[in-house]
Order: sequence, then structure tokens, then C-alpha cells
Amino acid sequence: MSEILLEARNLQIRFGGVIAADNVSLTIERGKNMAIIGPNGAGKTTFLNICTGWLKPAKGTVLFEGRDVTSLAPRRIVRLGVARAFQIPQLFTEHTALENLLISVSARERLRHPLQDMHTIRQRGEMLHLLDMVGCADVADRPVVELSEGQRKLIDIAVALALKPKLLLMDEPTSGVASSEKFKIMEILVKALAEAKVTSVFVEHDMGIVSRYADEVAVWAAGNVQMRGSPEEILQHPDVIRDVIGEAV
Amino acid sequence: MTVRLAIPALILLAVAAIPFAAPSLQLLMNLALAKGIAVVGVTVLLRAGQVSFGHALFFAIAAYAAAFLSASMPGADLVLVLVVAVAGAAISGVLVGLFVVRYRGIFFGMLNLAFSMIFWSILEKFYHYTGGADGIRLPRPTVFGMALERGPFELIMFYLSLALVILLGWFTVRWFASPSGQLFQTIKTNETRLQYLGVSPQRALLTGYVLSAALCGVGGVIMGIVQGVVTPEFAWWIRSGEMVFIAVLGGAGSVAGAFVGAAIYEIVRTYASAFAGDIWQMLLGGFLLVIVIFAPKGVIGIYDATLARLTGTRANDGETRK
Repeated sequence: MSEILLEARNLQIRFGGVIAADNVSLTIERGKNMAIIGPNGAGKTTFLNICTGWLKPAKGTVLFEGRDVTSLAPRRIVRLGVARAFQIPQLFTEHTALENLLISVSARERLRHPLQDMHTIRQRGEMLHLLDMVGCADVADRPVVELSEGQRKLIDIAVALALKPKLLLMDEPTSGVASSEKFKIMEILVKALAEAKVTSVFVEHDMGIVSRYADEVAVWAAGNVQMRGSPEEILQHPDVIRDVIGEAV
Repeated sequence: MTVRLAIPALILLAVAAIPFAAPSLQLLMNLALAKGIAVVGVTVLLRAGQVSFGHALFFAIAAYAAAFLSASMPGADLVLVLVVAVAGAAISGVLVGLFVVRYRGIFFGMLNLAFSMIFWSILEKFYHYTGGADGIRLPRPTVFGMALERGPFELIMFYLSLALVILLGWFTVRWFASPSGQLFQTIKTNETRLQYLGVSPQRALLTGYVLSAALCGVGGVIMGIVQGVVTPEFAWWIRSGEMVFIAVLGGAGSVAGAFVGAAIYEIVRTYASAFAGDIWQMLLGGFLLVIVIFAPKGVIGIYDATLARLTGTRANDGETRK
């Protein structure tokens, strides 16, 4: 019996004339990697924004581990165990890769001692291990602004993982990354997620990645979930091929 | 490395020798030390990318708290006066902070200015309580129960100021490097990520804001005690602007720079106004222009770069990175 970690019920939101979420309902099971696919403007990022409290839906509720989190601020939802990685990495640009992780773990542990050097905290080893897990150990002491987009994406995900979340939401983890690197990054990532026992949801445009790394796929179109199922089932469906993958039937 | 530590140590020793080697400079330097501590308060906020044009508010609150205490409790002890004054500044920092930490950039700067000007007009208008533009006298506090003569008291104030400069400077540098200080400084670069770490940016900014208010309070109460009188000018916006000016001059974001900047500022102000009459502001303005254009890291930046060239090592930020 699988357990439901996050449940969205009848979410509705509109921006002017655009309906970004039109009665969206979706459940996410613990331990699974779910991919969200769909054309641009279908409301995929809006869904992540609602689940993390960044946007408040006009109607509907979001339940995390059975608790209603719809009206909570993002930071409260984060504290319950929902972390997020962004399409454009959200890092502390005046800090190094390792420092970004140390800041994250300082937030997680609520470290307050005013005279302790952040570099000497007990969790430093754990963060170095995490950097190693995402394949960035060699750039630990480099400022993040000097790194490649692919490395920044991985560090953005590591910053989220440093919080030890139960659920990680990722918005296009492989966009903006050279196609030769995409599979390498996903390989690293899926291994890291499994090691940390984190449930994940990722928005993705590359169907090769989806079929290889997702346990489940949800298809978004016009502000709603059109279909969900296993990658094999979904990626062969004629509607999906026509509307999302974009090949002639 | 040894040079890095040796030069500041020599400068501190030279300052400590002033009351004996150059007594005429003692008062000037004491005011510079007081101002320097207040400028560290402004520097703290610069680390979060925020500029306050109203921090003279806390400078004045501490000074007036000291004056009111001394008036109602003649012969109050110096330690008590300091504690009450700084507590006043810190509590005001919490109250004003709760409001202004919701704003950033120009709005943050101007709201601080607004609060300081409200306080300034209260000091000016409530003549019966505040003495209006004439201000109120701040009689010399006793020191451990002893009422001292002017000379010894000024000597004690000088060394107390120097000790506070070292203690508070050390504390602030350490705090910048601590987890809570680092979280505070991320307000400058990414508040979105900060929220997604489960941290309230407002809360993080408030922590630093209260520290900055307390530091300005320490500067203000020392200034008040040393001058023996507090006036609404303590809260005047030019005083706030001067703190930002000194912070940029010394090296925006640098604790050591705040003190170096304050010393340079006071010396130029005193001697330039004596020798160059009305154009001393122009001299300082020109100097700031040169700093901003050619050495944006301020006097401390020039010092670091020179030292790096002399010793052949790479320049670093000193205070942030180890």
C-alpha cells in the first residue's frame, strides 16, 4: 500500500484571462519520482508555486502528509519538509558552492551562536558529502558565479537537499544544460535522491529523461492534469505525442 | 600574515598613546572612536545591501536616554548609564525594525530617514522635556561610585571607548562569519532562496537591524557623555548621512574601514575647517568622489591592495573569507 505524501484538491487560479490552474487535483506518493510534462504555459510551474505556498489558489487545497498547507507561507511549508529547486538556480551569488550548502544547513538546524564560524559547524562534513553526491566536490571553494549552468543547477538542488526534505520539487532540472550533460546530471541526481530517500516531482521537457528516470508521469495542458500513468503508457499515447512531444501522428 | 596583524596592532598602540603623546588630539580621537562605533552599525546593514539614511535616530535615542537618566538620577554610575542608553537604542531598534524590515532599497533608506526626522522634531518641539534646540546637559556620571574630575574622567572615557571599539569590532567581524550573520547577509543576494530555506527574510534582517541600532546607540551615548550635552542635532539627517559617508569612505561593509574612515573624517573636518575655512566639505566631497570612482572598496581596499602588492600575496576580503 503506497502512502500519499502530497495531495492537491481542485486547485484554481487565474492570471487575468489566463486560467493557470483549472480544477487541478493530483496525488504524489511517497518514494516515487514523478515527472510533469506539458507545453509551455500549461501551468506546470504555477502548480509548483501553489504547492510551495508562493501563490495562493483562489479555490482548492493542498495537503502535505494530510495537513492543510494551502494558506501557509513558503518558509513554513519548507519547515514541514518540502524543498524546491528552480529553473533558474537560486543561489547566494557572493558565496562559494560549499558556503551555499552551509547556509542551507544553518537554516535547517537553526544555528544561532553569534561567535561560531560557519565554516567550523558540525555539519560541514555532511555538506561536503552532499556536494560530492551531486558531483561538485571539486568546485566546493569556488564562488558559484564562476561555475557552469549545469553545476549551478546541481548546487541549487544540493542546497534543497541539505534541508533533508521529504519532498523535492524541481522545475526543469536539465534545462539550460548541454544535451550531452543532461543524462549525466539526471544520473547523479536520481542516485542522490534515492540515497537521501527523497520523493521528487520534476517538470521536464526531455522525453528521453522522462522515460528513463520517472516512475510516473502527469501530463499538463491548459491548466489541468490531462492524464497520468507510467512513462511507457503515457509517452505512447497519441494525444501526448501530438500535443506535448510534437511529432506528427 | 604577520604584517596583516602587525599594522593594525601598531595603529591601536599609537591611538592608545595619544592621551600622553598628543593630548591635544585626545578629544578629537575620542569623538572619532564614538562615531566609528556608530558607523559599524551602518556597515552591518550595508552587508545586507541596505542603506539607512536615518541611523542617527538610534545615536540620539541612546544619548537622550543617558541624559534623562542622569537628570532623574544625579550621580548615576557610568556602567548603568551605558547599559540603559544602549538598551534604549536596541529596544527602539526592535520597534522601528519591525516596521522597516518589510521594505528594501530606497524605501528602506527613506523610511529610516522619516523615523529619525520624526524623533528630531519631537526633540525640537517638546521644549519642556527636551530643552528644544539647546538640548539638555549630560552631567558626568560617577565611575564605580566616584565622582571624578574632568581630566581623569576623560581619560577613562577615552580608554573605555578604545576598549569598546576593539570588543565590538571583534564581535561584529565574528558575527558576520557566523551562521546567523551569514543568513543575514544573504538578503543582499537572494531572498527567494532564503525563504525556500525556511527562513523569514524579515526576521533575518531584524536581527542585523537591532545589532546596528545598538552599535549606533553605543556611539551616541559615548558622544553625549564626552561632549557633556545632547542636542537634537544628534538625530539630524546630516548626521545620518555622515555615517553612510564615512562607511563608504572607509570601505563599504568593512568593520576596520568604519574606524579608519571615522578617524580620517574627523581629522580632515577639524584641520580642514581650521586651515581651509569653508571648503572642507568640498575637500571631503572630492575625496569621496575619488574613492567611489577609483577605489570602490574604500580606504581599507587601498590598504589591502597595497599590502598585497608589498608582500606579494593575493588580496582577500579579510573579514568574510578565511
